Amino acid sequence: MAKPAQVELKESAADLELYYRQMLEIRAFETRCNQIYRQGKAGGYLHVYIGMEATGVGWLHAIKQGYDNVMTAYRDHAQPLVLGSDPVRLMAEIMGRKDGYSKGKGGSMHLYDFEKRFYGGWGIVGGHTPLGAGLAFGSKYLGEDRVTLCFLGDGASNAGVFFESLNMAALWDLPVIYLIENNEFAMGTRLEYHASDTELHKRGFPFGIKHERVDGMDLLQVLSDARRIVDYVRKEQKPYLVEIMNYRFSGHGAADNDRQLYRTKEEEQENMLRDPIKRLEDYLRKSNLMTDEKMEAMQLAAEEWADGVLEEADKSPFPDDEEVYRDVYTDMEPEVGH
Amino acid sequence: MPLQELTYREALRTCIIEEMDSDPNVLVMGEDIGRYQGTFRVTQGLFDKYGPKRIVDTPIVEPGIVGIATGAALVGLRPIVEMMTMSFSILALDQTINHAAKMRYMTGGQAKVPLVIRGPGGAANQLSAQHSHSMEGWYAHVPGLKVVAPATVEDAYGMLRTAIRDDNPVIFTENPGLYGLKASITVGEGKSVPFGKANVVRQGSDMTLIGYSRMTHVCLAAAEKLAEQGISAEVVDVRSLLPLDTETIYNSVRKTHRAVVVYEDWKSGGFGAEIAARIVEDCFDDLDAPVVRVGGLNVPMPYVRKLELLCIPNENDVLKAIEKIK
Ligand SMILES: Cc1ncc(C[n+]2csc(CCOP(=O)(O)OP(=O)(O)O)c2C)c(N)n1
Ligand SMILES: [Mg+2]
Repeated sequence: MAKPAQVELKESAADLELYYRQMLEIRAFETRCNQIYRQGKAGGYLHVYIGMEATGVGWLHAIKQGYDNVMTAYRDHAQPLVLGSDPVRLMAEIMGRKDGYSKGKGGSMHLYDFEKRFYGGWGIVGGHTPLGAGLAFGSKYLGEDRVTLCFLGDGASNAGVFFESLNMAALWDLPVIYLIENNEFAMGTRLEYHASDTELHKRGFPFGIKHERVDGMDLLQVLSDARRIVDYVRKEQKPYLVEIMNYRFSGHGAADNDRQLYRTKEEEQENMLRDPIKRLEDYLRKSNLMTDEKMEAMQLAAEEWADGVLEEADKSPFPDDEEVYRDVYTDMEPEVGH
Repeated sequence: MPLQELTYREALRTCIIEEMDSDPNVLVMGEDIGRYQGTFRVTQGLFDKYGPKRIVDTPIVEPGIVGIATGAALVGLRPIVEMMTMSFSILALDQTINHAAKMRYMTGGQAKVPLVIRGPGGAANQLSAQHSHSMEGWYAHVPGLKVVAPATVEDAYGMLRTAIRDDNPVIFTENPGLYGLKASITVGEGKSVPFGKANVVRQGSDMTLIGYSRMTHVCLAAAEKLAEQGISAEVVDVRSLLPLDTETIYNSVRKTHRAVVVYEDWKSGGFGAEIAARIVEDCFDDLDAPVVRVGGLNVPMPYVRKLELLCIPNENDVLKAIEKIK
């Protein structure tokens, strides 16, 4: 299991407030996403980060935001929110609008903000993992000391191309951190049914990659592990494999209404006790860093913030028809017509 | 033989059950097909009925799944691999094309690969660029594979039986828009639909609309509208891309003297281009107008519904395209 939390306080009260606010905002944003999906204002496949907020917030505050490279799969709303992307443009993309980061052509699974060095946003399970190694390869080649964070799921950690990536990352000392978010399920398939060894961090072992299993629910623990590992990778210019234990509270995607097919209500409720937001609140309360009133006010503010984001995004028009032909190439348009 | 009202999805399931019952070496492998009952619910109930030995939940490793199924086929099993979507079969192209498809030839006839790779192919609803591929044209390019794309409940049922009993690797694509289609069909042991036989699904005399999978229905809808304009369109459902029944297509074209090929895949280089080329090659003297192709726009599939709908041919696109040959 994950190591128990043993954290000396490195966070200022102001920082903790920021992290708390971001976790609340992610949850409120994601809750809106599930809602608009049901209303038909978002479509396709849409996957929320509810329950996993401490992982994203913790790790993305351990890197140099806007300098280090970040990449994930299709569960990709939270990372750009933390990295400071425009939430209205993110929501607009999820709603398929003109002002979205991909002009409505990417959708929920394909969010990108290259300016913030957030490289998406990928729908093919495991497919982005060599791209992550590539970002690290490129940055290192250019003589920069950027670290690359590449998030992937427990299900994705079985992909052949992931093992190929690990081998090359180790062979060429690439400063990439693979973060396997072990939320115990790959869609409707439980970890034990898809992985021969459920200690996924061990997948670094055959390649001589430093690897460990860490907690993903206790923000303070996440921060301290993440800082240690990011520092190591930046300094040593070597890959690292981290297995982060978390849990998704929602269905696999907004269209997954059948959670009972792969987990029981009791099991879910038990895991909800690990709620990273509640856990941080307990800490803030116990250490007298924040009053209940303040927390309630912040919760309310996050809800209002998310409503405002949605309202703004909803004002954005749908893209023009001609948009369908744009951005296929840098320098030409594809053949037009049916 | 019993008549049953079934959806396309249920017809596939019924056929799988009958084949599994009659042959213990038929099994199903794929992602979330067992305990989760299948993403599109084609395999619903099968895990409870047959257990994990024959309904195999796999990790998310398409090349591995196809490779394992091919290996198992070599020693006597008849695996049905479900691709969660055919877009993911792109990952397994090497196992499919460079291994399974060539094995018979490379071994001088020693190998037998009774393998079915089936799943939803084509655009669904806002699944974006990475999840909306029409793969059948890619596969129909490959010697050693058989490729079918049934449009109706009856053909889904009957062609799946043919696929499972075939001793060669078969690509069986199901458009996600067809799963809910309903019809009363006869089911049972002897009921099958052979490969390599196109089907004239509507008689007409002025032009021939040629489609497969969901585009057959688009052709039918277009024919309906053309009838309102006093134009009698015949519709040929290709059903089987490889082998391709050119005779049925040619006979229709020889009768109507005009041909329109409709396919969802990217227009450029899609399978409709192959059909069009053959008509030009073999029926040139019978044609009163150039063969028309109506295909998907040559762009990655966009997310927003509005643009997505622009990309996928519909009956109005067909009508517009044939303006020039009317
Ligand atoms: C190659 C490929 N196969 C199948 C899928 C369908 N699919 C999407 S997400 C998913 C489960 C992935 O689980 P995991 O990697 O654990 O990530 P999580 O969703 O838990 O974040 C599957 C099977 C896909 N997108 N790509
Ligand atoms: Mg998972």
